[in-house]
Amino acid sequence: MRGPPALPAPRGPSAPPAMFAELNELLGASPERPDAGQFTLLRDTRTDGSFLVHHFLSFYLRAGCKVCFVALLQSFSHYNVVAQKLGVSLAAAKERGQLVFLEGLKSCLDLLFGEEEQPGQPSPLQFLSGGCRDLRALFDFVRESLAAGDPCKGPVLLVDDLSVLLSLGAAPVAVLDFIHYCRVAVCYQLKGNVVVLVHSNEDSEDEENELVVNSLCHHSDLILWAEGLATGFCKDVHGQIKIIKRLSLRQAAEQDQVQTYQYKIQDRNVTFFARGLSAAVL
Amino acid sequence: MAAAGGARGRSSFQRRAGPRPPALPGTRPSVRHGQLLLSSGLPSLDCVLGGGVAVGTLLLIEEDKYGLYSNLLFKYFLAEGIVCGHDLFVASAKEHPDNILKELPAPLLDDTSRKELGDEAAAESEDVQDSMKIAWRYQNLPKMETSPTTYTKFGHYYDVSKKMSPELCQSVKQHRFYLHEELSSEPKMKAWNMNSGYARLLQSLQRIISQEGFDGSDPQKKQRNVLRIGIQSLGSPLWGDDVCCSDTPEDPHSLTKFLYVLRGLLRKSLSACIITVPAHLIQNKAIMERVTNLSDMVVGLESFIGSERETNPLYKDYHGLVHVHQIPRLNSLICDVSDTKDLAFRLKRKQFTIERLHLPPDLSDTVSRASKQDLAGSAKLLSSGCGAMAIGKKHLDF
Repeated sequence: MRGPPALPAPRGPSAPPAMFAELNELLGASPERPDAGQFTLLRDTRTDGSFLVHHFLSFYLRAGCKVCFVALLQSFSHYNVVAQKLGVSLAAAKERGQLVFLEGLKSCLDLLFGEEEQPGQPSPLQFLSGGCRDLRALFDFVRESLAAGDPCKGPVLLVDDLSVLLSLGAAPVAVLDFIHYCRVAVCYQLKGNVVVLVHSNEDSEDEENELVVNSLCHHSDLILWAEGLATGFCKDVHGQIKIIKRLSLRQAAEQDQVQTYQYKIQDRNVTFFARGLSAAVL
Repeated sequence: MAAAGGARGRSSFQRRAGPRPPALPGTRPSVRHGQLLLSSGLPSLDCVLGGGVAVGTLLLIEEDKYGLYSNLLFKYFLAEGIVCGHDLFVASAKEHPDNILKELPAPLLDDTSRKELGDEAAAESEDVQDSMKIAWRYQNLPKMETSPTTYTKFGHYYDVSKKMSPELCQSVKQHRFYLHEELSSEPKMKAWNMNSGYARLLQSLQRIISQEGFDGSDPQKKQRNVLRIGIQSLGSPLWGDDVCCSDTPEDPHSLTKFLYVLRGLLRKSLSACIITVPAHLIQNKAIMERVTNLSDMVVGLESFIGSERETNPLYKDYHGLVHVHQIPRLNSLICDVSDTKDLAFRLKRKQFTIERLHLPPDLSDTVSRASKQDLAGSAKLLSSGCGAMAIGKKHLDF
């Protein structure tokens, strides 16, 4: 599929800065009726795909879903400041109980330097301190935090950077098991969604990471693949995004639908355009 | 706009964002994300990194082959801390921290900053001498105070040919961590599944951050300061890590775990950290990829020493190349990328600088075509820069 079909109409400056409206149109999603049972993989190559995480975080919070955000890479204040730019307050969502935020950097410090923990409440990052090598504690945390929610809207699990788990010494199989369990619990039992970010690089030597990325690609319903431009850095085009809708998962006869756009990240928004149609070029 | 400006008469242009935090020495807030920035001690590097090193972040330097230039950057970072009055934490497994601190470069000071450092007598005697001959009217004007507080100067220059005076060096609080001295002390930690050298370093850091009040989370009355952390040659065999020794190290996760915990410590405290890593020694490139992901800023130095580029006329003005592998996105969707990726460094008699890489002017008419094209080809390869490698010549993105 070469030519992208219809481009979203340009937004006026009056549009509210909630999420990236253009991306919603490309995906055919709206916060009024979020999908259910979807597994979305965010994948970045030679660039930073964290803008997609911020989009989905604000999208699902706006949609009123209960969100469990496993943030392993950055601090709460970072996500909070960016979310405010997108028109969502994480602190308020946390207070309402809509958002359960696991700050990996902080709970890792608590685990290593903190006082003796209570035996009934193991830390979600238990696997760090040895003993059990699996991610059962993390899964239990996810399940408990999403179990009690609004039953009419499916809960959402969001993981910023699954690759960090590998860096922390979790085995690739343990990571895949974790995602599998989460998928069964969140997507099928609770009719919710799972969104996961991974890094990948074709010429990477990180075989463990490639194993995880490939097998997740195989199972996901939707893949958003942000790539840095192959020809190098450009000021006006920050990269290109492949939107792969895995129709073949639903029906055997269908072909996967692939759309490719280029994008430019701005202070509060991301604009998408067809390849070669950047405003700076035209 | 001289002394009258000062602290009281603020112009209405200033952005008023609530009560401002008390000014910390040697810092300035970033325009983009409001995070406090420190200078790396090398203004040209600050410029490349988008203004400076943000408080709570980690700057990782990939060492050049002989560790000559990365060591300079390391010392610049510490020297800047001393001039700004920051506390220092120096950790090493190779050189004794005392020796590192003795070898810091001396600052090149102008009059105002000399006064800051208490050298008033020397400065005044100079003042008497430089009576103006031409614009003598201006002589009676009050001396311009560029800054209301003595601290606001950001980024100093250093003279690598001179050493910093011991008195100046002693003026700030220094914490040292020398692995071979620490090994005797009994570690009192739980099983972390981590190399014991790293675990000891983390414990020592955590103790200093919580005891000396660098912890950003608990509000304290006393004067706050910034802690500058420098860790030399992390990952080298001297730390007891085998990532440099084999392609399949027995313990491939120690280094990344250490960096993750360090990231956590930095994010919650008023500190900034510089680490040099012998990246060319690390056999398993997967580890280096993960290390890059876990650091905020990654800058690689590639010196020409011993390579064929040393004699290449294209590079005759420079001593090596600078590769900026990663710039952080802090509190925002975008990051401050400098507009050029072709950077080179040069060590002059007194100063180390990072510059844009320029081709030298071609003055001769007799240069053979062939060699010129060769040079142009190698220059093109260079400019692909930052992570993205040009894939084939046919591919065009737009």
